[in-house]
Amino acid sequence: MNIIDFISKIEEEFDDLQPNTLAAEDVLKEKFTWDSINALIFLAHVNVEYDVEITAEELIKSVTVQDLYDLVKSKVENKA
Amino acid sequence: MAIFQVPNIKIAGISACVPEKVFHNKNYDRISEKERETLIKTIGVKSKRHVNTGTTTSDLCYVSANKLIEDLKWERNEIDLLVFVSQSRDYIIPATAGLLQERLSLSKSCIAFDVSLGCSGYVYGLSIIGSMMATGMINKGLLLTGDISTLNTSYNDKSAFPLFGDAGSATAIVRDEKVPPMKFNLQTDGSGYDAIIIPDGGIRNFANKDTSFEYKEVSEGISRNNFNINLDGIKVFNFSLREVKPNVLKLLSEYNIDKDEIDYWIFHQANLLMNETIRKQLKLDPESVPYSLKEFGNTSSASIPLTIVTQLAEKVNNSKLNMAFSGFGVGLSWGTVVLEIDNIVCPRLLNHKD
Repeated sequence: MNIIDFISKIEEEFDDLQPNTLAAEDVLKEKFTWDSINALIFLAHVNVEYDVEITAEELIKSVTVQDLYDLVKSKVENKA
Repeated sequence: MAIFQVPNIKIAGISACVPEKVFHNKNYDRISEKERETLIKTIGVKSKRHVNTGTTTSDLCYVSANKLIEDLKWERNEIDLLVFVSQSRDYIIPATAGLLQERLSLSKSCIAFDVSLGCSGYVYGLSIIGSMMATGMINKGLLLTGDISTLNTSYNDKSAFPLFGDAGSATAIVRDEKVPPMKFNLQTDGSGYDAIIIPDGGIRNFANKDTSFEYKEVSEGISRNNFNINLDGIKVFNFSLREVKPNVLKLLSEYNIDKDEIDYWIFHQANLLMNETIRKQLKLDPESVPYSLKEFGNTSSASIPLTIVTQLAEKVNNSKLNMAFSGFGVGLSWGTVVLEIDNIVCPRLLNHKD
């Protein structure tokens, strides 16, 4: 997996994000409504796309897009 | 492993009943209009039915059962078994099944008892009734399932209030030596007991006039007390995404069933995002996975029969179909059954006037 794909898939997933607007260093809360519903949409997305499970605690610790990517990537690698 | 077959029993009919009062989530004023839109789209619940205080799950199940018995032209004294699956009983004691036995004018030689399960309850209930009837001494049984979840959900809990609706159902089961066995895979993980919980009012946390009623703000938009349903959405979500797929696949492989042999998959109606994720995990065709969520919300153990009554009545009424039912949630408890549905009686959805 790479971060460019990761970001473009997130942009597809959320209605309030336009394509090519999100960058790795962006703070999630500043770019879109990072609330409980969108957190669930994200959990569902990574479950289908990468077959990994993320907890609420792990999500809360993620501040930037890069944090999310690192979290998912580490889960994918641990699984392999 | 609780993977097993139950021979010689089949479903003869299914009915369901909902209260008349409709609640539209677009009117849920605890969250902004934009948030409401996202919520409705994500959980898939546009409206749902609410009882007024005083109406119980057994009232809805009674209406369902009465109509079903009439349509099947069953003699009431031939019904030897009644199982009431619910987590919203009439009284703390006694069991509600007895009240239903009396109200439905069933005989005194009828076995009647309650089972305390929610989302998985319909599948568990079929396995219990089926196993008892498979012994050969009981020919007709009634499975009554459902819940009132709206009376004990806090209006100020945006994670739970928009989700739940009220419903009751009745399923008639008969012995038949020509049908293929029902095939079950049932599972439990009690370590997640607090993922969906009403903490007070039982014996562990006895009702307390000060602390049980006190509303606490758990997080923004979520305020509830200890008599309310306390839902840990992310925990339930992760559990369902982790456990349902392997449970289904294990059952299919154990009995060499091909996914394509199943005409319809009826999942417990949890919420649209969760159900659609499970559907994608299992790579199922959307046409084969009907929903009743949009108009009725999450109706606990009534959601599988309610989906059949509202979405498939005509099909189950005049064809032979292979179906899979899968329930998952509170307990944590989950299970799947694969069975044949052959020309069953399925009256139109019933409405209850409070």
